[in-house]
Amino acid sequence: MKKKILDSSLLYTLIAIVIGFIVGAILLTAIGVNPGEAYAKLFNGVFSKPKFFTYSIVYAAPLIFTGLSVAFSFRTGVFNIGAEGQYVVGSLAAAVIGILCPLPPVIHAIVCLLAAALAGALWGAIVGVLKVKQGINEVLSYIMFNWIAFYLSNFVVNLKAIHTDQGAEASKNILASASIKMPAAVAKLTGCSDVHWGIVMAIIAAIILWFVMTKTTFGYQLRAVGFSRTAAEYAGISSNRVFLASMSISGLLSGLGGAVQLLGMSQRIPQFAAQESYGFQGITVALIGATNPIGCIFAGWFYGAMKYGGNKLTVIQVPNEVVNIIMGTVIIFIAIAPVFKSILTKMTTKKEAAK
Amino acid sequence: MKSNMDVSTVVIEMKDIVKKFGNFTANDHINLTVHKGEVHAILGENGAGKSTLMNVLYGMYRPTSGQIFINGKEVSIDNPEKAIELGIGMVHQHFMLVQPFTVTENIVLGAEPRKGLTVDLKAARQKIVELSEKYGLAVDPDAKVEDISVGMQQRVEILKVLYRGADLLILDEPTASLTPQEINELMDIIHNLTAAGKSIIIITHKLKEIKESSDNCTIIRRGKYIDTVRVADVSEDDLAAMMVGRQVTNKVDKKEMEPGRVVVEVKDLHAKDYRGVEVLKGLNLEVHAGEILGLAGIDGNGQSQLVEILTGLGKATSGQVLMNGKDVTNETPKMLFDEGISSIPEDRQKHGLVLDFSVAENLVLQNYAVAPYAKNGILQKKVIREHATDMIRDFDIRPVGCEERLAGQLSGGNQQKVIIAREVTNDKDFLIAFNPTRGLDVGAIEFVHKYLVAQRNKGRAILLVSFELDEIMNLSDRIDVIFDGQIDGEMMGAEADEYKLGLMMAGGKAE
Repeated sequence: MKKKILDSSLLYTLIAIVIGFIVGAILLTAIGVNPGEAYAKLFNGVFSKPKFFTYSIVYAAPLIFTGLSVAFSFRTGVFNIGAEGQYVVGSLAAAVIGILCPLPPVIHAIVCLLAAALAGALWGAIVGVLKVKQGINEVLSYIMFNWIAFYLSNFVVNLKAIHTDQGAEASKNILASASIKMPAAVAKLTGCSDVHWGIVMAIIAAIILWFVMTKTTFGYQLRAVGFSRTAAEYAGISSNRVFLASMSISGLLSGLGGAVQLLGMSQRIPQFAAQESYGFQGITVALIGATNPIGCIFAGWFYGAMKYGGNKLTVIQVPNEVVNIIMGTVIIFIAIAPVFKSILTKMTTKKEAAK
Repeated sequence: MKSNMDVSTVVIEMKDIVKKFGNFTANDHINLTVHKGEVHAILGENGAGKSTLMNVLYGMYRPTSGQIFINGKEVSIDNPEKAIELGIGMVHQHFMLVQPFTVTENIVLGAEPRKGLTVDLKAARQKIVELSEKYGLAVDPDAKVEDISVGMQQRVEILKVLYRGADLLILDEPTASLTPQEINELMDIIHNLTAAGKSIIIITHKLKEIKESSDNCTIIRRGKYIDTVRVADVSEDDLAAMMVGRQVTNKVDKKEMEPGRVVVEVKDLHAKDYRGVEVLKGLNLEVHAGEILGLAGIDGNGQSQLVEILTGLGKATSGQVLMNGKDVTNETPKMLFDEGISSIPEDRQKHGLVLDFSVAENLVLQNYAVAPYAKNGILQKKVIREHATDMIRDFDIRPVGCEERLAGQLSGGNQQKVIIAREVTNDKDFLIAFNPTRGLDVGAIEFVHKYLVAQRNKGRAILLVSFELDEIMNLSDRIDVIFDGQIDGEMMGAEADEYKLGLMMAGGKAE
């Protein structure tokens, strides 16, 4: 039993989170802030009211999607650092359809989501084709495609048909028929006016992914290629085909993340001055969630809560960048978890030997 | 070629060298004496302990016991830096050059002449030109290594060693990747070096080259010192006998069988390796039903490429592979498997198993998607597990109950049993076994051999590719010898003769 706990990645994730908060506390102390006070604010900012808690879930929805996206590609040995770009094109595709194509409610939203999924999948697939056909390192093309998506979005936002005439540097709002907000009754009940269906979709997506990965022959192929490309090829699994599939699906998930945030929360695309980083935060979510789809749900919520609660730190004059520092520290310590693992395992075996 | 050996001056003496790795004795009381200006060959089969001995001399390994004398003085060589200091240089079989660097940059790497804070490449270049003229090692000091031929890369490696002031050069399989012309050039270079008083140790298993280049030859077999002979006094046959000569033991029980129809036919197959060097040069072979064809040969003569092509992992540049009369040249691994080709791969951890998969998952590595292991794209975990339980029982895979254990946690022998269980159960018309017993203990070897023969007795065609002559002779109905990308000899298993085989494997022609 003890050994099982020591083997589980959950333990090391929790340790890493604790260390992250300790490092954050040191920094807060260094800038003259009482960490106890700051953390209380952070905690209360998420848990003290149903409204706050609901918001943390709303914040989590897109992060769960990008987290799933990164986690899924990780399983085949591909590092999807392009989730950001896929998120942006997904959001863009949903916005264009949401603004320009009036359709009946529900159907409109579904078409927007499909368009976003397709756009994200395409964005991932292009990088996949470059990797498989031309041998171009996917990390490079992913990063470049992030910037292409970034400027494409700004270009489209500034088109006459899309740009708002309300005097903001942003697109028009999507038509109400494309919105995926939950009924007003739910908003009233929770006190969160932005509550939307995104979280439900994210959880369904996570469950589907978990099923695909562990129960299907396709999942077997994905895992085989991820663990040992050579053995998979020897066994007749075409790793190129698997890469293409996983990179497309990964893009699809990020694209949906972008759509969910747009259709549920922001309702419009601003002109970007800098990358919004939902995709990059997805990397963090995937790592905290140990690249497990179900783990990503909790990791996505954790990050969402940190982001939402972190906003409230500014009230007590604490820069909310502290949240990013904590998350960064958590990732570093998750990355070096194997070191902890061997130390802890050695310590316990020594103790047992001493007995 | 005239000898430059100065018998009165001993440069290196290794006495009673023992090197153990755990329980395994790689070098068992080996002696070696090299004189000034001598070319000394070290001959032995794969895994005989040649490289271990040289790594001891070069400071990569510490000997378990024994002494090393350089110019009569006992030394302790703790690391390669110390070896270089003592005037020992090693040219590895696989060149260790930085491809985008120039020849000069590669040669000085790690021993850069400095001028203030910068590297004085001009001085280095001057010294390299002098060395290259002195010993007839033609190189272009300004060319990038990625642009020059394999032969020139080797000369760069030799210059690297000379640049550091070596008096004794160890050449590990120096001709392995050279063309015949380049081999001739190398022989000239060796002569120039010894004429200038350098001594050379050549590690090889090519008999012809020993006869051409060396003064003396030390033979090692299974880690044991056999003899040191004057090359001029012995024939290639004698050397072959000393290299492989040993009592043939434990013949496998095989029933008499008439070979059946041709299952696999390989016609005029050509292929290149990753460097673009042609390694299969018109290879022909046939494997019949109910027959084990042994492919004997020394590592690196094209076996890997042949098996890669037969399993779909590599591509032929020309030629044909016919499976049951159907052209399957350059098909995908999946197609070849479906056409009836299965294999026990050379590298079980790289190709044979997904080490992070469970034993059960590994046992269906090719069949995971077909009934009863999958239905409508959903894995039938229960069936897969039950299949594993059967295999673990039938093939004595240990530990019992390891269905859900990761394959990487099994011992090497049991990993191999998982592969054998899978491939034998696949029961295809054609089974390729590439070094199927490498690294296994005696019990596991017997097990593997038993199943190979059982498949043959069932009328399957089997191609056994092995670097172990014993294994080839024990199991094969017929033996083809592969040398330099071609089949250069054939004999029936019953008539197999180690001396003749050894000779053919080293490129000598059997009379």
